[in-house]
Amino acid sequence: MGEDNSNVVLLDFWPSSYGMRVKIALQEKGVSYECRQEDFEAKSSLLLEMNPIHKMIPVLIHNGKPICESLNIVEYIDEVWNHKPSLLPSDPYKRSQARFWGNYIDKNVYSRGKKVWNGKVEEKEESKKQFIECLKMLEEELGEKPYFGGDEFGYVDVALVPFTSWFYTYETLGNLSIEAFVPKLVGWTKRCMEKQSVAKSLPHPHNIYDFALKYREAHGYE
Amino acid sequence: MEDLKLHGFWYSPFTMRVVWTLKLKGLSYENIEEDRFNKSPQLLEYNPVHKKTPVLVHGGKPICESMLILEYIEELWPQNPLVPLDPYQRSQARFWVTYSDQLFPAVVQLILVDIADDEEKKKAIEKVQKLLKDVEDQCLLLVDEKLFFGGDTINMVDIAFGSMIKFLVAMEDLNELKVLEAEKFPRLHSWFNNFKNAPIIKENFSDREKMCANLKYIRKTIRELESSA
Repeated sequence: MGEDNSNVVLLDFWPSSYGMRVKIALQEKGVSYECRQEDFEAKSSLLLEMNPIHKMIPVLIHNGKPICESLNIVEYIDEVWNHKPSLLPSDPYKRSQARFWGNYIDKNVYSRGKKVWNGKVEEKEESKKQFIECLKMLEEELGEKPYFGGDEFGYVDVALVPFTSWFYTYETLGNLSIEAFVPKLVGWTKRCMEKQSVAKSLPHPHNIYDFALKYREAHGYE
Repeated sequence: MEDLKLHGFWYSPFTMRVVWTLKLKGLSYENIEEDRFNKSPQLLEYNPVHKKTPVLVHGGKPICESMLILEYIEELWPQNPLVPLDPYQRSQARFWVTYSDQLFPAVVQLILVDIADDEEKKKAIEKVQKLLKDVEDQCLLLVDEKLFFGGDTINMVDIAFGSMIKFLVAMEDLNELKVLEAEKFPRLHSWFNNFKNAPIIKENFSDREKMCANLKYIRKTIRELESSA
């Protein structure tokens, strides 16, 4: 493989979709790594040292040097361990499209999703509408392709699939059926879950749900 | 001819980034000036998701988002490289580029804030200064011995921050206040002087008075639209 795997550390928080992205990418490339769980109530000195600006996970520490921000990390992984499978397309135009959708997912999915499971009760209907709108946009982009990357699982799939571990939570706490609105996207989810890299990296949706309930209890609605 | 068209707003930091990239690469293009209050149907067709500028259209195919456009241009025209070759340095550059984007909403807040409201003004200034401080103190790419974030030559980080600081300066002129103070931010201050005097950047640096006047017009129009809504 050419690249030394012995010093790859991931600072993670298991319910984080952003952390899951990195795990999937590392799994896709067959890179072995040490995963360290962070406690948000008590961040480690290592995290604060490696990501002093944002103090957030995920952080990939490769040979002692930190790389922050999940999609930035995914691109780094793709570039350093540049054997197949490639996560980003080789064509520059398709790469720009992939990055565009990665950015779109970053800007919209988490924030809109959070309003569904932890938002103000009086804004719930509007939050659900916005969330579904975003998923519909993504389903449209998927089209008839098996993956966002086309025939092969790729960058945009990595960017989005972690949030599907939260679908059960969105549906239960938001009182909605995601499949009813975006059946093709749910089909894509099942297809992705057949991949080992995804199945190994995503927690069970019920565990996410338990986490969300505890979080809501501890922090109240936002 | 490279068949490049750029839809943008001359005063927007995001458009500036693309203009500087094209000029640094020596690429010719057709400039299509958009009106933010009356966007062209082509723009809305090219960027249906966000309906924003800049959009670069290459051979009829649109690429959106300033820094994605920069990376696209870099991949097709690698002369005068703007993106580091080493993956680690590239990841660092991308991190700071993303960080620079946070300046935009913070500066916009200072443009739209009621200057007479001291409390709001102070909060808005502090927000921008916190972002600048993080760069001043934490960015390992900003060193006294080097002219630019890119080292001896300009790179994507310089372009990303250069556009935002230019925008910040226009806001300072508009509101007659100083945020990027030389004593508080000596490295950034010195870097910005290097940047705006760099060849090609210097010849493509919009007139300061024109920027300020334009911001004044935009603010007035936004406020009018909001009050009539």
